[in-house]
Amino acid sequence: MQSSCVLLATAALLLLPHLEAGEGPFFITYTHQMEEPGNLEFANKSVTGQPDGGNRFLASAMEFEYGVLGWWTTEVYLDGQATGGESTIFTGYRWENRFRVLPREHWINPVLYVEFENINGADKTLLEVVNHDSQDDLAEANAEARGEKQREIEAKLILGSYVKGWTIAENFIAEKNVAHEPFEFGYAVGVSRPLAFAARPERCNACPENFQVGVEMYGGLGTHNNFGLTGTAHYVAATLAWTMANGTMFTVSPGWGVTGASAPFLLRFGVSYEVAQIGRRAKSFFGGRQ
Amino acid sequence: MRAVFVTLLASGILMGQSASPLQQAPERWRAKSNPLAADQQAQRAGAKLFARECAECHGESGQGGRKAPPLKRDDVSQAPAGAVFWVLENGALWHGMPSFAHLPEPQRWQIVTFVQQLTGPRKPD
Repeated sequence: MQSSCVLLATAALLLLPHLEAGEGPFFITYTHQMEEPGNLEFANKSVTGQPDGGNRFLASAMEFEYGVLGWWTTEVYLDGQATGGESTIFTGYRWENRFRVLPREHWINPVLYVEFENINGADKTLLEVVNHDSQDDLAEANAEARGEKQREIEAKLILGSYVKGWTIAENFIAEKNVAHEPFEFGYAVGVSRPLAFAARPERCNACPENFQVGVEMYGGLGTHNNFGLTGTAHYVAATLAWTMANGTMFTVSPGWGVTGASAPFLLRFGVSYEVAQIGRRAKSFFGGRQ
Repeated sequence: MRAVFVTLLASGILMGQSASPLQQAPERWRAKSNPLAADQQAQRAGAKLFARECAECHGESGQGGRKAPPLKRDDVSQAPAGAVFWVLENGALWHGMPSFAHLPEPQRWQIVTFVQQLTGPRKPD
């Protein structure tokens, strides 16, 4: 019965009018692209890896992104992870808001990002790397790590540009535990482009314009009283996104740690789907006026 | 003096907000011509992109919707192509229209080609 309900809900979702999902091929780096007002995007971002001296893990974040206004996008994430030989656990939630500062396109377009996260120490989604986050954190046993509460406010300055078909984005991250600990810093940068700039006339899944390739780099920058690269983790990752004709986007990104504090290899993969004008459709579904 | 300044500022903002986005396009953008204007393939590709990116708000044939004005209008089809391109690039954020700058430039011109043919063949720039 439960599986029938899930199947029906999935079929209904796929029949709704859709739009091209996602913000390009990046997993960590944000661009200045905002969600369209009234649209809801469902996405899953997963990562698997094995830190030195630890067990292989698979962490996943379920993302719900809603365009409130043209200049305001809000998102909720639900995080969880499974570690080989240990356990599968829910690790917390995040609520983020992005505000576009300038109404028009410029060479560089700033977006302000504010997030509250209530996660525990066992969270391994690695949606950002700050401070001296290292592979030792990923190797810690779930039973111990989940006891550590991390209620944090995170701010990002997102800078994005579109230059001759290329997307270039830089993120500067500042994070603060609401209870204690110093300000922690990090960064993410990314560049990407579609395989073709012009669209083909026919509806197609494998058109070159449906593929985006890119590379992103992210890592920690210490704290305000211990700022710098020493002992921090940094990753370089290739990224590929494929958007099907029905709007579903698949992304994959193999990433390599480039310092001793980094996990040697991370494989990220995700899927996203965007439903247009979800509020209007829900109202109509429940018999309200369109 | 302060009240006068505030009134002037508010009326300036309101005037800016009430003008059609097409009218707000700067002169240098209006002067740009559509490199794909006469391209039938571009028009078909533009139709595909329009269905994906624009139809939900502007209607499947550009007839307009609850949230967005019709595009099947003479002032849109006869507007300088560069002005339509500028609106796609910048959107009208305060009115709920997002920017489509994330689409590569040729795709935006393909959409412009399609949109400006909605009322029939367009006069050349």
